[in-house]
Amino acid sequence: MATTVSAPSGARHREPGADSGRPPARERWLRRSPLLPALVFTIVVTQVPFLVTLVISSLHWNVLRPGEKSFAGLSNYKTVFTDERLRAAVRNTIVMTASTVIISVLIGLALAVLLDRRFPGRGLARTLLIAPFLVMPVAAALIWKHAIYNPTYGLLNGTLNWVWQLFGADHGPTVDWVSSYPMSAVVVSLVWQWTPFMMLILLAGLQAQPGDVLEAAKVDGASPLATFRFITMPHLRQYLELSALLGSIYILQTFDAVFTITQGGPGTATTNLPYEIYLTMFRKYEYGEAAAAGVVVVIGTIAVATFALRVFSSLFREEVGR
Amino acid sequence: MTTGTTTTADPAASAPPTAGAPAGPLAAVRRRRRAKDPDAAARGGPVWTLVAWVLTLFFFMPVAWMVLTSFHAEADAATNPPSPLASLTGANYSLLFDRGVAPFLVNSAFASVFSTVLVLLLAVPAAYALSIKPVEKWTDVMFFFLSTKFLPAIAALLPIYLIVKRIGMLDNVWALVILYTAMNLPIALWMMQSFLAEVPKEILEAAEVDGAGLLRTLWSIVRPVAMPGLAATALICFIFSWNEFMFAVNLTATRASTAPVFLVGFITNEGLFLARLCAAATLLSLPVLLAGWAAQDKLVRGLSLGAVK
Repeated sequence: MATTVSAPSGARHREPGADSGRPPARERWLRRSPLLPALVFTIVVTQVPFLVTLVISSLHWNVLRPGEKSFAGLSNYKTVFTDERLRAAVRNTIVMTASTVIISVLIGLALAVLLDRRFPGRGLARTLLIAPFLVMPVAAALIWKHAIYNPTYGLLNGTLNWVWQLFGADHGPTVDWVSSYPMSAVVVSLVWQWTPFMMLILLAGLQAQPGDVLEAAKVDGASPLATFRFITMPHLRQYLELSALLGSIYILQTFDAVFTITQGGPGTATTNLPYEIYLTMFRKYEYGEAAAAGVVVVIGTIAVATFALRVFSSLFREEVGR
Repeated sequence: MTTGTTTTADPAASAPPTAGAPAGPLAAVRRRRRAKDPDAAARGGPVWTLVAWVLTLFFFMPVAWMVLTSFHAEADAATNPPSPLASLTGANYSLLFDRGVAPFLVNSAFASVFSTVLVLLLAVPAAYALSIKPVEKWTDVMFFFLSTKFLPAIAALLPIYLIVKRIGMLDNVWALVILYTAMNLPIALWMMQSFLAEVPKEILEAAEVDGAGLLRTLWSIVRPVAMPGLAATALICFIFSWNEFMFAVNLTATRASTAPVFLVGFITNEGLFLARLCAAATLLSLPVLLAGWAAQDKLVRGLSLGAVK
């Protein structure tokens, strides 16, 4: 456990040489040179497409009507904000993201607190708990849809049937989970997938608690609950924020689960923005509209990301200042 | 600074180093005292241990069920109530290879491995210029990279599709390599920066004073400290590339399709397919499960983009 080495102190970094105030241009470019390939690559591959999206969003462009590409001004954005499908997609995205994040943070916190204790097989328990996050998302979605939710031979109804028969009933209830509760079906599979992510971040937060403070609380006779409420929770706050914000940014982009479990249906019940954009692009071929919706998603994400960046920089400064 | 080594760490040992806590004899005494303290060792007692295990097994259940079903015959996989004790068979796995899963696995391996190599080739020198010999305003550069990770991929899909089509790279696995590289570069950069920042400054300065050249410094001082971090970074990039679906399904058709695309196409057959599906899902998830478990101590650093250690 390297303790002493974790301090690339910001001050020292910005003072490049002891003898000269500001190094000559050649020296500065020499320093930058290892950075340039990554920087250029990232700008070309991630920023250029967004500029293209912006341009396309201002065009009337449907591949099914070739030769009709023309400037549209902001009319695609008007469509995005007035189209009932897209509004439904915005609502679904919010419901899906918020419920998944809240539930998985709460369960993740409970699991992190449980795993912060020493108990037999704790390492194994953590290893098993990580698995849902690692299983290929498409594979996980297919397993949930067919092996668990399937009304006739899925694990869920099968278990219900088994329990019912234990108690002498002929047959358990047959619920078609995906058609009856489409949004919950997607959210449950997402919660299952993302809880380990939250748990890992919160567990790291718990374990980064200064031991002497906890010790002092105990010496002073604080109850475990009071210790948790007044010492652990304030310390954990930024980890909670980080896990919730990062989770939101990722879950906002959910595509695999919707594509696989419900195809956005029934109707538009589970169509989120990424899936709706996908449909607009590759089913309706309304390129201009899809691009405008994409820009709207970017703006929505930036709103969340601004908060996320703030948490990042506070954690980062703490780290650097150490 | 791994706080994650759960098997060995007692709570006291895992906590102090971050807070500039006392190192040396005093801390050792405290650690010993704390470890002996029965209350600290088993806060809450066996009830909470039971709760922890029940929850863990509940979460692991779908994975266990997937693996178990993959070894059952189709008829046994589709019974109601379920028959977990049915006889085992490996037939589903051999069937997968008859159905031609191999080229998809090759494509996935190709895209994941090459993008990971490319990511490291770009990220390691960049991380060097952000930690050991930092450029001016290096934190701004870090945050620029981070912000690209926050942009939703779906908004870039259309232009990327159009550009890739224009340059004739549709259904070409190299298009995926490039995209996965861009997708993972910020993660790798933040991770490698945090690992390289752990190289002791004093030793670097001492090496400079002793007249060690750049290559020698890199090889004998930076490399030993950075290697475990490099391995963890590579594994995490591999995981994200292997699991990626949206670009794979939209930018490939037949020749360059990767493992997740195979899965989606695989279940369109009618009839009983549950055991086969579970076998496919298990086989295709296996590389990532192994990579993730191998990297689990560093996993949180990757997932939080280096913000949490």
